[in-house]
Amino acid sequence: MELFMSLAVGILFAVGVYLILSKSLLRIVLGTSLLTHGVHLLLLTMSRLKAGSAPLLGEGAERYTDPLPQALILTSIVISFGVTSLFFVLAYQTYKKLGTDDMEQLRGQEHE
Amino acid sequence: MIFIVVFFPFLLAALLPLLSRLFGRVHAGWLALPAPALLLVYFASLLPKVSGGTPIEASMPWMPSLDIRFDLSVDGLGLLFALLIGGIGVLVTLYSVFYLDRNKEAVTRFYVCLLLFMGAMLGVVLSDHLIALYAFWELTSVSSFLLIAFWHQRPQSRDGAMKSMLITVLGGLSMLAGFLLLYLQTDTFSIRKIIALAPELPGHSLFVPAMLLILLGAFTKSAQFPFHIWLPDAMEAPTPVSAYLHSATMVKAGLYLAARMTPVFAGQAVWYSMLIGAGLITLFYGSFRAFKQTDLKALLAYSTISQLGLIMALIGLGSVHSGSEGGLESMLSAAALAAAILHLVNHAAFKGTLFMAVGIVDHETGTRDIRKLGGLMALMPVTFTISLLGALSMAGVPPFGGYISKELFFASALDAWRHGLPLRTPVVLVPLVAWLGSVFTFAYSLRFILRTFGGRESGRLERRPHEAPAGLLLPPAVLGAAALLLGLAPGLTASPLVAPALASIHPAAAEAEMHFTLWHGLTTEVWMTAGVFALGTGIFFLQRRAALLRDPLPAPVTLNGLYGGVLGGMDRAGRRLTSLYMTGSLRHYTMYLFGFLILALAATAAATGGIAISLKGLAPVTVYEAVILTALIAAAAAVPFARSRLMAIILTGAVGYMVVLFFVVFRAPDLALTQIIVETVSVTLFLLCFYHLPALKRDRESLRFRLPNFIIALGVGAVMTLIALAAFSGRSFESISDYYLKESYRLAGGKNVVNVILVDFRGFDTMLEIVVLGVAAFAIYALIRLRLPQDEPREGADAREKEFRLVYEDVRSNDVILRTLAKVIIFIILTFSLYLLFAGHHEPGGGFIGALMTSSALVLLSMAFGIKTVREAMPVDFRLMAAAGIGVAVLTGVGSIVLGVPFLSHTFGYVDLPVFGKNELATAVIFDLGVYMTVVGITMTIILAIGRDK
Repeated sequence: MELFMSLAVGILFAVGVYLILSKSLLRIVLGTSLLTHGVHLLLLTMSRLKAGSAPLLGEGAERYTDPLPQALILTSIVISFGVTSLFFVLAYQTYKKLGTDDMEQLRGQEHE
Repeated sequence: MIFIVVFFPFLLAALLPLLSRLFGRVHAGWLALPAPALLLVYFASLLPKVSGGTPIEASMPWMPSLDIRFDLSVDGLGLLFALLIGGIGVLVTLYSVFYLDRNKEAVTRFYVCLLLFMGAMLGVVLSDHLIALYAFWELTSVSSFLLIAFWHQRPQSRDGAMKSMLITVLGGLSMLAGFLLLYLQTDTFSIRKIIALAPELPGHSLFVPAMLLILLGAFTKSAQFPFHIWLPDAMEAPTPVSAYLHSATMVKAGLYLAARMTPVFAGQAVWYSMLIGAGLITLFYGSFRAFKQTDLKALLAYSTISQLGLIMALIGLGSVHSGSEGGLESMLSAAALAAAILHLVNHAAFKGTLFMAVGIVDHETGTRDIRKLGGLMALMPVTFTISLLGALSMAGVPPFGGYISKELFFASALDAWRHGLPLRTPVVLVPLVAWLGSVFTFAYSLRFILRTFGGRESGRLERRPHEAPAGLLLPPAVLGAAALLLGLAPGLTASPLVAPALASIHPAAAEAEMHFTLWHGLTTEVWMTAGVFALGTGIFFLQRRAALLRDPLPAPVTLNGLYGGVLGGMDRAGRRLTSLYMTGSLRHYTMYLFGFLILALAATAAATGGIAISLKGLAPVTVYEAVILTALIAAAAAVPFARSRLMAIILTGAVGYMVVLFFVVFRAPDLALTQIIVETVSVTLFLLCFYHLPALKRDRESLRFRLPNFIIALGVGAVMTLIALAAFSGRSFESISDYYLKESYRLAGGKNVVNVILVDFRGFDTMLEIVVLGVAAFAIYALIRLRLPQDEPREGADAREKEFRLVYEDVRSNDVILRTLAKVIIFIILTFSLYLLFAGHHEPGGGFIGALMTSSALVLLSMAFGIKTVREAMPVDFRLMAAAGIGVAVLTGVGSIVLGVPFLSHTFGYVDLPVFGKNELATAVIFDLGVYMTVVGITMTIILAIGRDK
């Protein structure tokens, strides 16, 4: 399973990066979302999958899965929620104020 | 004690802004005066001991791990300079009090910089450790920069400051390189130890490079040709600064370095021929240019350059023989070095006088232009007398100090010729150039006096000058008197000052006799002086007729042009280079980032062998997982091909939900709960924001655009796959997770380990995390309220604006079923969210999840009934709520400090409640409540901000 998960992580990263490199703001924002998913799955895969039951001590299980990546991912989900929201609003305002969502048209001026 | 004295200028510089605030009515100059006064008194008190041949030493650690110390050594040479710094410092400070109007100028800043310089210069001349010397050396460059740019409103001041900084710092760095090369040869930074090792050094392959690098430092600092160009521009500094730094002290640091290093390099042909060559060229060039200047300060600047060249040449003549072999050659070397030291003192006296006198003229007449001046003798008799003292000494007229040192210079030059200096160039050039330089020196001294004070008034002055106040006259008068005294009573300086200074750089000093007299018979030198007077007067009177002596020589390449060209060229080249990659295109920048990521990770992995993949003990693949995986990959891969915006958003959402399923399968209930809510809220937000963006263009870009994107994306994907494979394949060390699993219940009283890690073990992280969220929320809030200046006149913007308004007004749904159900469902969601919040410590849940759940209920409310309804139903300021939540979280942490345990320590206990039975109460829950409030506040701020935007 880990093997396939690694592959999935790679694909999420590749698609995410490809979208980030495109011109449309919307694609860029979506690309960052996919990248985040890739990171989460990567963290999860790192500590081996299905190594035990959920890290709830009430279960009284023999073995538990690693709680640390889960804590990290939980933090990351919440942070990326904030960041993605910011991106949404940024993209939305950019289009509303500047009338385009094409990054090539939004290039900064040279020699500022 | 000595350290207190040496650091006193720095200390006073630090305190001066405070002191001048305290004593607001006093000119800051009076407050700065104690520093040079203390230096003068203290070092004068050391005179008897040091003259007796005992240097005073002290040491203080600075960077012990690098073997760098403040080693102070006060020997004759250092003491001489220290006295100059203190003595002229007192006079210049006094002078500047009357020169700078404290109501018009930033006097405090001026004295802070001046004191900084004073301390730095003192450090240069007293440090025995080469690195400390270097540090102080650069500090003099910096303080000189600040002082030249004192009137920073003027572009010439800034340019002059920049030029002096660039040139002297270039030399300083080269000198540092030279010091390091010396260190490689001797294994010590101590100057005294290096001198002790000097006889063994010349064979070393790094010896000559070290020497040349150090020479570059000395030449740039002492304005030797062709590095002199910074000194005339440095005259933009206030005149007291010119008098102090750019004639008496800082520019002599290069001479000091050359003299200090003489015992190491003496006898080396490269060393002395460079010193003599550069010195003589500078002497002649400076005096020739000085003669043509029309600005009095420029005249003095070129004169200073010329005089520095003279002293440099004398040091060169004095280092032809190392002096250890004794005999006549040794005597001659000692005599030349003695002359160098004596002239250094003389120059400080007469040039300081003249600069201050020019300052007075400038102050009183408003100009320094020699063509506008004239006839001031009658109007300013005292200034005239003082100037005359300085100018006569500079011209080398008896019985002034300048005459004695100039005679000694001639003598040394003649000796070099007579006794066959081992140089290939015709040695007769040495006395000849020395003599020619003196001719022009005499001529410009004459010009200085006669054009400024002699003749008739030009009538072109803006105001009628008067004699300056006594405070301005006193300091130059003292120095002018010293210039005369140095000639009348040469013995005053010879044995107490010059002899000990000589002794510290020349071994044969004890046998050398100081022939400092005004008259030693009709020698060649006397005839040379007579020639100087005759020819100098002639040249002065010829100037009006001969263009050669009046106008600048036509030159195809000027040094200043070269400097400007190199600087401008570097500027342009830098800009061009930068514009090659700083294209302003976000895509290019992200390409650099990802390209670097690929290279860095792949290269590191390849270099360290970090990628070790082991496929042992993999989890088996079930059918469910295979289905989820396929769906995930298919959805992700389809996103770039999506034609409509909605499709792209839905596909991304599908990827998110597949990730949720993975979280479920892989035993991560907290993550699954959080992600599913986040995904839902995100998609809602997406649709809110992107509903009106233009239709998604099919990526119809050229292959040239897409191919690099594709390659980089593929590269990142491949590298990340490799990393994922390597990451699960093995651990280098035990994970801390086992500790968390073991101690979670015992230490934190929680059974949900993930939640315990977040609120207890790593509570501080979580606290900062909600702060980050808060920052994001406020950024969104600000963005929504953003109004660009060009907003109003835009044509299409109006239509779009209207469209947006329609959408958000109409978010209110007409769906009766939704509205009816929502009323019920919302309360169920809210109740569940509260359960999640409080159950989080033991069961899946927690502040984050509960808050997101609550938010999703409110989002549903706003979708069903409109945002307006939500705001009416819940008149809560969500921004305030977010802040309050952060406050609660912080206070929980602070509470534990109050109880004497570290920040964010949690505790728990059990209470029996009548209905609910045995219950656990943990402070961690309060912390989680803070998190909950913050996240609800922030999420609602974001959603309402977007909705509120009309």
